[in-house]
Amino acid sequence: MSRASGGGLAPGSYFTMGNFACVEAAILAGCRFYAGYPITPSSEIFERASVRFPQVGGNAIEMEDEVGSMAALVGASFAGAKVMTATSGPGFSLMMENIGLAYIMEAPCVIVNVQRAGPSTGIPTLVGQGDMMQAKWGSHGDLEVIAYSPSSVQEFFDFTIQAFNTAEKFRTPVFVMADQVVGMMWERLHVPPAEEIEVAQRLVMEPTSVVDREHPVFDYAKDFLPMPIAGTGNRVNVDSLTHDFRGYPTTDHDMSVSMTRHLTGKVKDHAKEIWRWEERYLDDAEVAVVSYGSAARSALAAVKSARTRGIKAGLLRLQTPWPFPDEVVEKVSSRVSGLVVAEINYGQMVHPVRESARCPVVGANWAPGTLIEPKSIVEAMQAVVAS
Amino acid sequence: MISPETKSGGPEVKVQHHLNDDVIRSERLPNIWCPGCGIGIVVGAYVKAIQKSTIPQDRHISISGIGCTGRVSGYLNLDSYHTTHGRAIAFATGMAVVRPELEVTVIAGDGDLGVIGGNHLIHAARRNVDLNVIMVNNFNYGMTGGQHGGTTPLGAKTHTSPYGNVETPFNIPYLVAAAGASFVARWTAIHVRQITAAISRMMEVKGFAFMEVLSPCPPTFGEFNGFPDALDMMEYFRDKSVVDHNADLSKIDVTARPEDEVVVGNFVDRRRPSYQELLSDLRRRVAAQGAGKK
Repeated sequence: MSRASGGGLAPGSYFTMGNFACVEAAILAGCRFYAGYPITPSSEIFERASVRFPQVGGNAIEMEDEVGSMAALVGASFAGAKVMTATSGPGFSLMMENIGLAYIMEAPCVIVNVQRAGPSTGIPTLVGQGDMMQAKWGSHGDLEVIAYSPSSVQEFFDFTIQAFNTAEKFRTPVFVMADQVVGMMWERLHVPPAEEIEVAQRLVMEPTSVVDREHPVFDYAKDFLPMPIAGTGNRVNVDSLTHDFRGYPTTDHDMSVSMTRHLTGKVKDHAKEIWRWEERYLDDAEVAVVSYGSAARSALAAVKSARTRGIKAGLLRLQTPWPFPDEVVEKVSSRVSGLVVAEINYGQMVHPVRESARCPVVGANWAPGTLIEPKSIVEAMQAVVAS
Repeated sequence: MISPETKSGGPEVKVQHHLNDDVIRSERLPNIWCPGCGIGIVVGAYVKAIQKSTIPQDRHISISGIGCTGRVSGYLNLDSYHTTHGRAIAFATGMAVVRPELEVTVIAGDGDLGVIGGNHLIHAARRNVDLNVIMVNNFNYGMTGGQHGGTTPLGAKTHTSPYGNVETPFNIPYLVAAAGASFVARWTAIHVRQITAAISRMMEVKGFAFMEVLSPCPPTFGEFNGFPDALDMMEYFRDKSVVDHNADLSKIDVTARPEDEVVVGNFVDRRRPSYQELLSDLRRRVAAQGAGKK
């Protein structure tokens, strides 16, 4: 870890938009390459990056589509840059192909999804949380993904920095699953002094022997491998095909297992280091709401409202939906009589919650296009307590 | 180092070192390509161009997509990237923007670059991204067993055009030139020296440098279209190629019919600011603005 470098937003308090906070966080985290395609409600990120990145010696480039944006990120990542893009549902769908590429090539990159109402083109200007399962399962094959879910402008800032640090450490794509409300909301943002912002540095491969061609380039027994950077003399083959310890394509079963287990294992085996969550009013709770992102703001209001009505309600706010914090949910579920999962979709994160919980789990779902009303979450809690 | 096993009935052959060993990952040989394929000729030309290049080998980067030609990068002793189908140019754009000092070459097939990746191709040419793009055109999707694509001549038979192709193919040099590329060429697999010289020139060009190389594909294209043997299409290229550097690009469609000519040449070589140069200029202007404010 080192500290944030120069050119970033000066420390202090600001009144700003979530999407702007995200860009400033990226710059402080050392990101100097952005590739994107405009899409509502994430466009302010691209616009702000277009102003700010050249000021700090970086590039914010427009690609012909989100397929190209994501491919460009992987190439730029192997050129040694910290890289990001931002999008919303339709663009997220197009990125899935090369998110898989980033995953198998182990290219650190940050993908911000300012979620809007779906499906398809949906309602571009209104909120949704319908891409939570797509983040986990959208790219073909078995992926273990990492995702942060901010509930405020401050968290959008904080989690963007954290996403870069996690991406660099784990050498994998990391999602920031924001939503239209958090992205376009204006709130107070506190920017700490640069020396208080921890910034992860990439583990880079030292130029290896080009003479010994049987030299293993990738040691899959290790979780975190140094990255070969283009043009530094490693002469490494980096492949989208399942590959061996030299980076060469393979169909050998043992070698294939070794590579794919390495990719899933480095996230799974360190999941507890990644998990972040917030507990509110859970000490004496008889019923708890599980929520994330902007929906968690409604959930907190609902919990407070329920308490005024005599229901001992609590909130478990998932700040990292993926890898799913199953043990955290299990622990909370063993103390309450029921869980209500509040989200702006027709039931997505309710599934892993139900899989992990030791108590009945119901969904409080409200979509598309508007924040879930606290009232409906209170009613769901009342039903749980009554049953 | 290659030590092929002794062939029965012949003398023992041990090749200790080949002139191309520094640039080829010879431990990966033999390659996957079919007898009669033209891709190896293009690889040989690229290797020679790298050996002649004054740019250090560690700065040469090879990027491919998916398909027969997509496998080229994996055989080269460079930093090499075997990416997703159609996306090699987009991947290369990200890399070449961050590190303009790298000599990035994309080698991929016609389906990869001209069809599924067609949008990336035209927009990279429009931006004039400083890249070298070598497109081996074998007129079909070879790796998947021979299906028609965006470069398959009208009337040609493939497994998905069994009654004759009803799609008019792209004339890709015309397309890429119209989109704005700094350099555009077309040669065939028989023009080894011309390909090598063109690649050397592409490495010098500041901007998008594109070359189409027409290639035989005996088992999945030639077989059904009048060029069944390995040499048939090479003979066609030898007999029917017309070198015309000043050709009207709107009239250089390839029909692959034995009676029709194939126009080849270095058609476009012009100076336009590259994308990287314009980005660099942009950063300089922004920095100057910032300094002015202080």
